[in-house]
Amino acid sequence: MNNCTERIYNGLVKENPTFVLMLGMCPTLAVTTSAINGVGMGLSTTVVLVLSNMLISMLRKIIPDSVRMPAFIVVVASFVTIVQFLLEGFVPSLYDSLGLYIPLIVVNCIILGRAESYASKNPVLPSIFDGIGMGLGFTVGLTAIGIVREVIGTGAAFGKQILPLADAAAGKGGYVPVTIFILPPGAFLVLAFLVALQNKVRNNAAKKGKKVPEASGCGEGCASCGNGACSGKVFPTGNEK
Amino acid sequence: MSENKLKMSSSPHIRSKDTSGKIMLYVTIALLPASAFGIWNFGLSALVMLICTTASSVLTEYIYEKLMHKKITVDDFSAVVTGLLLGLNMPASAPWWMGVIGGIFAILIVKQLFGGLGQNIMNPALGARCFLLISFTSQMTTFVYDGVTGPTPLAQLKAGEAVDSMSMLLGRIPGTIGETSVIAIIIGAIFLILMGVIDLRIPGTYIVTFIVFIGIFGHFANPDIGFFDPQYITAHLCGGGLMLGAWFMATDYVTSPITKKGQIVYGMLLGILTGLFRLFGGSAEGVSYAIIISNLVVPLIERVTLPKPFGKGGEK
Repeated sequence: MNNCTERIYNGLVKENPTFVLMLGMCPTLAVTTSAINGVGMGLSTTVVLVLSNMLISMLRKIIPDSVRMPAFIVVVASFVTIVQFLLEGFVPSLYDSLGLYIPLIVVNCIILGRAESYASKNPVLPSIFDGIGMGLGFTVGLTAIGIVREVIGTGAAFGKQILPLADAAAGKGGYVPVTIFILPPGAFLVLAFLVALQNKVRNNAAKKGKKVPEASGCGEGCASCGNGACSGKVFPTGNEK
Repeated sequence: MSENKLKMSSSPHIRSKDTSGKIMLYVTIALLPASAFGIWNFGLSALVMLICTTASSVLTEYIYEKLMHKKITVDDFSAVVTGLLLGLNMPASAPWWMGVIGGIFAILIVKQLFGGLGQNIMNPALGARCFLLISFTSQMTTFVYDGVTGPTPLAQLKAGEAVDSMSMLLGRIPGTIGETSVIAIIIGAIFLILMGVIDLRIPGTYIVTFIVFIGIFGHFANPDIGFFDPQYITAHLCGGGLMLGAWFMATDYVTSPITKKGQIVYGMLLGILTGLFRLFGGSAEGVSYAIIISNLVVPLIERVTLPKPFGKGGEK
């Protein structure tokens, strides 16, 4: 099981899809207006990711290499449809606020990326844990961005008002929400600052001589990578400085 | 000591005596009439606002450069200019801490994170103003004048009401601290032109394009106005931030094109965008957005207007 915990650590920290790999930026920027949206989006993606990783790993010897992309899409799209109906049925409020971005999970690059680079080459169990790790990493990333945006933009966290708002009409002082943070520009600002923060933490750790968790995949350069789909087109991750 | 007579150095051999600090000092001086008028017009709260924005800009620059172990560039006055311009773009009735946030945002995010003076992609003061405008819309668009909260002449104009052009020229109107008095701004602008800091190309093209645009499309926005109605055009020229923007913010060296043709294209783009936002946009004012959008297009403008070096090109 050591391999499995390693996969989870890999997804959460080493190759965190939001802060290190910078994958799935479209939902990351669009739905993180509140913490609860971030959690909802993250968990929906996790469910789809785990199931699709599992199924693709099971089918990896059957799917012909030349048509693997359409096959992956069909698998992913089926699970997304299931998740979409479940959300619509049981948490309609979340369904409404995530809106278009639920069907768009189909083309989320984290899911296709993991299918391509991990699940299609590895056995079922590690693939499941890879999905859990990556999904949780995505959830943590989205929730972090969501909390920061919600607190600064509305003074609330998870829908609860934690900073009392100012009321000019009643002459009551308090927090004046910085509305731009729940608007699109705020997403870019918060993401940039969080990425900068975690790079700073990593660099400091590297300076102190601690063993820095390096993102694998591109660690030894493209020649040794084995991920044919990337073929050097993947943009530099944290370790290429 | 004959070897001392021959000085060896690489080009450039002739250098202008102008430094960033000197130019920025001239701009600061040129902004003083508008600032003084703003303080006289809106009272002490305007002074407090100007001090808050300027002090927070300068302090942010100092602290950031200290923390990042960079060369301290506070003495080149560029942070002062940014802070002062931001203050002049704020309503006097906005709370002081908004000015502080604006100053920090302008210097930290718009200027220093992109690499400091010369690297910023848009005018820091306007970037911060738009940040505040989006964040605190109600405080940033409430204008108190003589104790009364009223619409700016530009908003009245958009609503089709009559405005008094003379008081707009003098500046006895509600608005942001520095934008109201056309005369005070023009005094500063003439000073800058005489000192050779700015030339007429950008502001001139901007204003002329704007007049043409407003003259033609004013009729379509409001059918009561005829084509090239002089009173309507005067009101648009004297109202809002057009003058402050055209003379002091569109001409910012960093965020305007270097090429002569590019400056003309840039001025025309500014005029068209400002007219478009004012006549057909949701709010009455559009100068700040027009300038920051044009700032972002500047690299493209420079690329297409690059002059051909002598000897290249020519007849085919």
